[in-house]
Amino acid sequence: MSAIIQGHPGIGRGVFEGEALCASDGFSARYDLDLERGVFARPGHQLHGESFADRIIVLDIAKGGVASAWMLNVLMQGRYRPKALLLNKANPIMAQGASFAQMPLIDRFSVDITKALKTGDRLRLHPVEGRVEVLQSEEREELV
Amino acid sequence: MRLSDLDQAMLAGEMGGIRANAMRHMVEVGGFFDAEHLVDIGQAHIMADTEALGEVGIAYLEGLAEASWEERRVLVPTITDPRGADFKAYDRIRQDRAILRLEERARDALQSLGVMMTDTCINYQTLMPPVKGEHLAFGDTGVCIYSNSVFGARTNFEGGPSALAAALTGRTPAYGFHLDKHRHATHRFAIGADLADLVDWGALGALIGERMGSYLDVPYLEGIETADSDQLKHLGAAMASYGSTALFHIAGLTPEAGGALDSSSDLPVTRLDRSDIEAYKARFAMQDDGLDVVVFAAPQLSLMELHRLGQMLEGRRVADGVTLIAATNPEMKSAADRMGVTDRIEGAGAILLEGVCFYQMHARELAAANGWQRLMTNSAKLANIIAGYGYVPSVASMDRCVASAVAGKSV
Repeated sequence: MSAIIQGHPGIGRGVFEGEALCASDGFSARYDLDLERGVFARPGHQLHGESFADRIIVLDIAKGGVASAWMLNVLMQGRYRPKALLLNKANPIMAQGASFAQMPLIDRFSVDITKALKTGDRLRLHPVEGRVEVLQSEEREELV
Repeated sequence: MRLSDLDQAMLAGEMGGIRANAMRHMVEVGGFFDAEHLVDIGQAHIMADTEALGEVGIAYLEGLAEASWEERRVLVPTITDPRGADFKAYDRIRQDRAILRLEERARDALQSLGVMMTDTCINYQTLMPPVKGEHLAFGDTGVCIYSNSVFGARTNFEGGPSALAAALTGRTPAYGFHLDKHRHATHRFAIGADLADLVDWGALGALIGERMGSYLDVPYLEGIETADSDQLKHLGAAMASYGSTALFHIAGLTPEAGGALDSSSDLPVTRLDRSDIEAYKARFAMQDDGLDVVVFAAPQLSLMELHRLGQMLEGRRVADGVTLIAATNPEMKSAADRMGVTDRIEGAGAILLEGVCFYQMHARELAAANGWQRLMTNSAKLANIIAGYGYVPSVASMDRCVASAVAGKSV
């Protein structure tokens, strides 16, 4: 049974599916990731050591300076790339970078997205409508 | 979103594929932030150092450069943020020649689009200051916050791809700080400290920035009666670095402070005193007095700062085992050369770099090549950023930084 979580219309055209990788930390393309190994590499990050390849990253807020905009493109052109990014709140640099890098991005959900989802959830994203479908969710039956 | 006839023509590809892509990008980003229309911009400022660009970013720019001049040229004056290497001095700090080659490729591609390689984050002090109400697409966060706050111009933080898209269309989406509704104060601070040195202004910026919760938060400062451009430069750069803050107001000083509290006069007031500023500086207290490198940058130094540094270093000598680096833009370097300032700085064994700003010049590789770890600076912004590159920073006044460089240890 799939549940729907509604966010603000996002970045990216089409429908995207993948497995969620969740934490309540922030997200910085510049300081949190090791692009060569495809993992979260900043020691203090809750996802430290986790592979982001082919997963939908689910975190709280966007962090990092102006350079992040180019660096999302480096990320999405690299060997290991995430499927998409879901945040409670993005910022202009993250939105600009996601648009340029063609990285699907949705934010501003009706719920705390880092609590509504858990790592391993299977998701289907519709960025134009800002909609997230949770395709399987073992512990919860309904989400709005 | 309402698009003008020209916007729609660009979007439809009538002015070439590059402008169509740029317009598509702006419509998508504008839609994300509920922009209702685009606005004309006066200038664009692009962050495009090779560390941020990466090989794929350089290849992207080179791809644009292959189009015809009519299709690829920027439509408004477009300038650049500091780059990743000083072409004239890279070997003095052991930068890899390979980095220089990347910089040359990025420079050539950007120039072929009609971009002016100003390589500066102090354009507002040295090139062409913004005007109140002028819409801009500026890149560096320090440039943005200064332009918004001190001049009353209007810009969001524009990452490289968006600043370039704005340059190629002459337009930017009207969201965030382009709109009146986001320029009112959301936080209020009473400043009870006498801000003597630039490092104090940076510390105050850091303290306020870290109390901001999101991009649209706007602090309002009371208790500051006078300030000069370098002081506000350090205040804003640190605030933007610590808080992603893009606009501040200072009562009686900045152009929009007068109406900034109109809809929010009952905001709670946070007091910041000398003890808070000293506590900020004490966060960086070192375990011992070891010192590898002293850096004056972030933002680049004005002519006034260079002049002062030259006076401080005259007749002194940077100790063996310590490197002192100052960074400015090519215009101020040229002025410093002409006025004997460069001779005074470099005569003491220091290095004056142009067109770079230290943290954007592959700082991790620099640390490895030179054995640098313990870094001293008068820039709170640099202290905030550089730990992410493996350095152990501390902050102090320019006087103390210079005295430490001369002593060969932190004093």
